[in-house]
Amino acid sequence: MSTFVDNDQRPLGHGRMLRKEDRRFVRGRGTYVDDISLPGMLHLAVLRSPVAHARIVGVDTLAAEAHPKVKAVVTGAMLAERGLAWMPTLSGDVQAVLATDKVRFQGQEVAFVVAEDRYAARDALELIDVEYDVLEPVVDVRRALDDDAPLIRDDLEGKRDNHCFDWETGDPAATAAVFDRAEVVVRQELVFPRVHPAPMETCGAVADYDRVEERLTLWATTQAPHAHRTLLSMFAGLPEHRIRVVSPDIGGGFGNKVPIYPGYVHAIVGSMLTGRPVKWTEDRTENLVASGFARDYVMQGEIAATRDGRILGLRSHVLADHGAFNGTAAPRKFPGGFFGVFTGSYDLEAAYCSMTAVHTNKAPGGVAYACSFRIAEAVYLVERMVDLLAAELGRDPVSLRMQNFIRPEQFPYTSRTGWVYDSGDYPRAMAEALRIAGYDELRAEQAERRSRGELMGIGVSFFTEAVGAGPRKDMDMLGLGMADGCELRVHPTGSAVIRLAVQTQGQGHETTFAQLVAEELGIRPDDVDVVHGDTDNTPYGLGTYGSRSTPVSGAAAVLAARRVRDKARLIAAGMLEVAPEDLEWTKDDSGGRFDVRGVPDTGVTIQQIAMRAHGAGDLPAGVEGGLDAQISYNPDNLTYPFGAYICVVDVDPGTAVVKVRRFIAVDDCGTRINEMIVEGQIHGGLADGIGMALMEFIGFDEHGNCLGGSLMDYLIPTALEVPDWECGTTVTPSPHHPIGAKGVGESATVGSPPAVVNAVVDALALYGVRHADMPLTPSRVWEAMQGRAAPPF
Amino acid sequence: MSTLFEEIPPAPADGVPVRRVTVTVNGRERTADVEPRLLLAHLLRQGFRLTGTHTGCDTTNCGACTVLVDGLPVKSCTMLAVQADGHEVTTVEGLGGPSELHPLQEGFKDEHGLQCGFCTPGMMLAAKALLAENPRPTEDEVRFALSGNLCRCTGYQNIVKAVLWAAEKMNGGDQ
Repeated sequence: MSTFVDNDQRPLGHGRMLRKEDRRFVRGRGTYVDDISLPGMLHLAVLRSPVAHARIVGVDTLAAEAHPKVKAVVTGAMLAERGLAWMPTLSGDVQAVLATDKVRFQGQEVAFVVAEDRYAARDALELIDVEYDVLEPVVDVRRALDDDAPLIRDDLEGKRDNHCFDWETGDPAATAAVFDRAEVVVRQELVFPRVHPAPMETCGAVADYDRVEERLTLWATTQAPHAHRTLLSMFAGLPEHRIRVVSPDIGGGFGNKVPIYPGYVHAIVGSMLTGRPVKWTEDRTENLVASGFARDYVMQGEIAATRDGRILGLRSHVLADHGAFNGTAAPRKFPGGFFGVFTGSYDLEAAYCSMTAVHTNKAPGGVAYACSFRIAEAVYLVERMVDLLAAELGRDPVSLRMQNFIRPEQFPYTSRTGWVYDSGDYPRAMAEALRIAGYDELRAEQAERRSRGELMGIGVSFFTEAVGAGPRKDMDMLGLGMADGCELRVHPTGSAVIRLAVQTQGQGHETTFAQLVAEELGIRPDDVDVVHGDTDNTPYGLGTYGSRSTPVSGAAAVLAARRVRDKARLIAAGMLEVAPEDLEWTKDDSGGRFDVRGVPDTGVTIQQIAMRAHGAGDLPAGVEGGLDAQISYNPDNLTYPFGAYICVVDVDPGTAVVKVRRFIAVDDCGTRINEMIVEGQIHGGLADGIGMALMEFIGFDEHGNCLGGSLMDYLIPTALEVPDWECGTTVTPSPHHPIGAKGVGESATVGSPPAVVNAVVDALALYGVRHADMPLTPSRVWEAMQGRAAPPF
Repeated sequence: MSTLFEEIPPAPADGVPVRRVTVTVNGRERTADVEPRLLLAHLLRQGFRLTGTHTGCDTTNCGACTVLVDGLPVKSCTMLAVQADGHEVTTVEGLGGPSELHPLQEGFKDEHGLQCGFCTPGMMLAAKALLAENPRPTEDEVRFALSGNLCRCTGYQNIVKAVLWAAEKMNGGDQ
């Protein structure tokens, strides 16, 4: 045992600071949803469909209802009577809360039981008898629009096929023109298979409906508590002021906890029916089979270039599998997310993408797992296509990228698909990655190993992200603008509380938002309390996903603090009997203060000002008491962080096992609020990317059975599968953000899969392999080495 | 005697057999009447309200429920509560105190070895068992010892550093 010392290495401002959150987490004192226990609380379990597509002939619940510990058994028919059988999704579709007429994916919710404990609830599920009339499922995304494909969505009036939506971006004519005159055109189908965010904590909720006050409190694993409150109000008919959504400590989200799931609604209905609090906690299988998946894009890629390596254009058609219901979380005008940034980091002449999204008999989802609204897919497309072009031209993949980069002086740069990149110095970041990697030596080592028949691969990826959704003129979800509120109050004795609309799931907001206030106001971060996740006690905003917390909410926090400082200046002017413009703001390790310009040490500290603001004595004319500010920040633009990644792999020629030997990641997210936390975010994202590239896969058989439904099959990297990360930094601030900070949380997940795949394909050059789709498991790599590379389904 | 599941009546449903178990948890003897099928993880979480032990899967892969039983790491989702009868269990709540931290807890904080915190209790207990057996592990040995514990946030590197930090500290090194 040793005495615990809080080691705040940077008492004020940006920089490495240990996390405030850790105090409770290392002691087992976090409060996650399943830790919540209320008096009289009941437990809920969900009966799920064993088949992918079937008509429900009948549901017999009598035996379950007779179980001595069961309090309620609810079916789709019962919900339909109350108008609650279908709920809206974040993309404007509807999703069944409980199946009524038929089931549309394996694992879909069919009935639920509320019982006195979770063991009894599970027992009772086995007493429910459902008769299914099994229908042919749609499993193969490529056949979903065939004339004879079974119709999945017969719930939608007039619906005759499995078409979900079409979307396009770019200029088809201009793109056709550059492809016509290109000296080199390379084409490749690229599959980004279905994967799953699989946060360590699954989804869950505790609903507590107070029949007297007609108030609902819902503790839930939600990344967007305010958006959930609004959606629940619109759906359930309860006024928003009588719904309180609380997102407590969340054991990882990774986009899995953005949508509203039927289970949340089940818990609410269960509480309304029984008059007691009801807890729902899904198990891992339910999480993997039925909650929001990620990716599942089949992309036809085409890249056009001159013989000397100038990239002229990019073209793609995407076939997107959205599952049975369109539950995608994406801004309303962007059904394909931000896939439009698929031109990447390159200055080309024209680009065009068309997208067809379809329904299949699979769980809904699509946007999740740190994809930044489909940028993971976009970056994978462009970074594989550039590598395929390099192979075609016999060029080094680094020099080809360097030749085509958007140059630093071109920023802000308007891409051919209309995205305005805020800032970037791509050659500098690439050069830093090459330096850390010792790139030339690596290539020399590779040549030497190749001569001995060893399979060593070096993969490069250079990505541009687009995060911080977003400007309200362009972006909303269900009509809700993507702004974030922030409220800052300074107490009389000089400590403060900041209330956020965003909700951390481990990203360290309680620490970094305190640092933002500390930097602006000269108050120690430990004296700034960060409140988030409780809709009764925080200003409105759309939550944490798309790496939007720093770009949007971070900006809001900084501007709120500056507004407080402006007011503090007026109060200080009154205290010192000088004009406000005669005051100078200074900050050192002891804190922040206003001094009379040119007369040091005459001033008042922020703490003295706070006491005056709340205390006795006159304030200057027109200044109200208190020292508070609130703001709702509408960003001018997204932020565009970028990075240069290099992956080194060794492939065993006998077993086809891929070993990631080194991974170099240079990330530029502009100003870094806390580099320790940034680096941790990057480490985690890199592990995700390696997992996707090598192991993770949600597959289906021809009957629509999910083959990735547990951690026995859905493989997640352990400490043994990942290397020591080698991180580097460059700093290119965002010009439109108040402190120049860009988002970063998803960068590594977005940027790393193509680096790994490029490395494996590079390693297999000896076998003439041009491309192989993820996941690059030993069996799939082995097939590729035998010339039988095939899509993963 | 403490009653399992404070929210339900102490009387079990008709016909359900009940066994009395006595477990020393974090040095304190505790007794409960449980159904034989009750998992140790649920006895700790719901029965004793020691909610630092988490459950992250249903197939014994993730290790979020790792506790020490007689000093050895055990995935408490894969042990029945009745099997713990008469044994000593250490959970994260028994690692340090409100004002004092075990070097592992300190190391995880100092090296940023946690983010969402969900895997952290199980990870630290697996590491505690490693350091008891091997006080000076190499990085590879740490990675191997923790390969039964999944983490989705950290990419493991800072966890490895945290364990090595704690080993150094426990061996008398100055941090």
